[in-house]
Amino acid sequence: MSSANRTISCLFALTLLTVSACERPPVESTQLGYRGMNMAEIDNPRAPAPETGYPPALPPAPAVGPTAGEVYRNVQVLGDLSVAEFTRLMTAMTAWVSPEEGCNYCHVPTDLASDDVYTKVVSRRMIEMTQHINSEWRSHVGDNGVNCYSCHRGDTVPEYIWYSEGDSQYGNRNFAGWRDGQNLPAERVGLTTLPSDPFTRYLTSPDNESVRITPLQAGVAPDMPPGGIKTAEWTHALMMNWSQSLGVNCTYCHYTADFQDWNLSTPMRVTAHHGLNMVRSINAEYLEPLRGEYPPERLGPVLGDAPKADCATCHQGDEKPLGGADAVSAYPSLVGDE
Amino acid sequence: MVELVAVAADLELGDVMAAYQNIFNRVRVHGEPDLGVPLPRGGYWKRGNKTFIQRLFGIFGEAQVGPGYLGTTGFLSLVFGFAAIEIIGLNMWASVGWDPVQFVRMLPWLALEPPGPEWGLRIPPLNEGGWWLLAGFFLTLSILLWWYRMYRRAVQLGMGTHVAWAFAAAIWLYLVLGFIRPVMMGSWSEAVPFGIFPHLDWTTAFSLRYGNLFYNPFHMLSITFLYGSTLLFAMHGASILATGRYGSHREIEQIVDRGTGAERGALFWRWTMGFNATFESIHRWAWWFAVLTPLTGGIGILLTGTVVDNWYLWGMEHGLVPPYPEVYPDLTDPAVAP
Repeated sequence: MSSANRTISCLFALTLLTVSACERPPVESTQLGYRGMNMAEIDNPRAPAPETGYPPALPPAPAVGPTAGEVYRNVQVLGDLSVAEFTRLMTAMTAWVSPEEGCNYCHVPTDLASDDVYTKVVSRRMIEMTQHINSEWRSHVGDNGVNCYSCHRGDTVPEYIWYSEGDSQYGNRNFAGWRDGQNLPAERVGLTTLPSDPFTRYLTSPDNESVRITPLQAGVAPDMPPGGIKTAEWTHALMMNWSQSLGVNCTYCHYTADFQDWNLSTPMRVTAHHGLNMVRSINAEYLEPLRGEYPPERLGPVLGDAPKADCATCHQGDEKPLGGADAVSAYPSLVGDE
Repeated sequence: MVELVAVAADLELGDVMAAYQNIFNRVRVHGEPDLGVPLPRGGYWKRGNKTFIQRLFGIFGEAQVGPGYLGTTGFLSLVFGFAAIEIIGLNMWASVGWDPVQFVRMLPWLALEPPGPEWGLRIPPLNEGGWWLLAGFFLTLSILLWWYRMYRRAVQLGMGTHVAWAFAAAIWLYLVLGFIRPVMMGSWSEAVPFGIFPHLDWTTAFSLRYGNLFYNPFHMLSITFLYGSTLLFAMHGASILATGRYGSHREIEQIVDRGTGAERGALFWRWTMGFNATFESIHRWAWWFAVLTPLTGGIGILLTGTVVDNWYLWGMEHGLVPPYPEVYPDLTDPAVAP
């Protein structure tokens, strides 16, 4: 081969490497299944590390003296805390959610009890939601629980929220150009052509249809999951989103030769199952019902729906949010009654 | 003429005389254009007699372009093919709001989708899969007409119809994917979208929905024949190129005076693997491997969802899949767990 040919070949090979989306080896691999099943958690040690740990907890406040409910007006949640504990939590919440905007992000400075600022009404419901998650969804959040910082990370509006795409996901509905909810590079589903809004279909209500698409018997049976391949694309889209939200491969939960089999799955799949139901629950019971409280600029551009949660809202690219740090033991009032 | 070319090339290389160049050559010798063998007139269309020399083609093969023959079936095939491509392309363009820049940027993601599962085999509105049916109809018509053209041209030339039947094997797979299987499943939604990435995502969804296509034995056969085809192609191509210096590629002359070129190729394979295909049978090997690729593949697709719903579980039942030990024995489906 002439040197010119060799140069061209090398340039071609280099171009292939440059344009491909691959990360260079080595990567760290943790085996998760039986040998030979290729089940592993893959981590790139050179990738930017996700945020770890919560801001330091404030010093404990004495649980003595009159309660916040007795001293202040219009305390509908956390009223059982002592005034000191209540003030401590308010201070912590300010640091978690509105460190720059301060107390006045939610409160009228001249009348802290006023509900005139919509964010105060939303915050109250978010406290209830946090208590609900920490008490009713231990199956997903474990004993670490969540607090405002899990999702807000110092921002008044969490970075990862979603709105329904409504009819816009179907493309041009007039005469031609119907997209059936897919076929554009959607960031929510890893820039694939899969359906771009699997959230509205699967994450809005405990009554949403099952995400399970694979039949549990070899032969054809009458109880086949409905919808065939098209429905499979929707589940696939949701799973792409989960994978992206947690920064993990399919093999973090599944044996990919047989996705449906629970006996060959990892315990993380059970956690994810509860997470799916948890997100459905909080979107239906806490987040969407706040639609009427928000100003128009906080509502969805298509349907005017309330901002809602998916896995990324809390996980933000980490399989355990904030590295699996403890969120609630310093703030036990954020755990609701079981 | 070929001999003349060879001598001239060797002269030009001077005393280097590295190797006989049987494809790349600087010297071009042109005689009268070759219009093909004389035949009785077959139908309405006259045989073409227009040819020209394309220098670029001469680098890769025969420099003479033409004479072409379109014929009635070829003409109609192009018309219907154009209609199909127009419907697909304009729908893609409409799906990005007729934006020419987005059409080009997003082209790999764009698609014309088949109807949703709610339509079954009924005719949906144009912009909810109707265009897909129409495009599929025109494309199928175009392909079948083109097939008939291949068949007719071969018959008219007094050739065997091997090319047409090889093409028919590919058409079989196309029809299984887009027509026969959807009809058997009772839903157009099972068919493949027209699009670059979308048809690949469809393929993944197909495998996810039907329990892993890799455990479908006909898919295995299809892959075997596909990879076998490439192997045979490489072996045959290499054998002829390697003996080209003895004139083995000059098939016309070899019929009269075989020489030792191809015989060396035959001995090479007997030396290296104890057996050689004949100069005729190697082409049968290649033809059958190529044809069996879509033939077996089509059978595998056709059985999916109609006879077998989960290929992995089918593989379990038929001793194809080893039972893996459970690494997490306590893990059960939380949806059915007590």
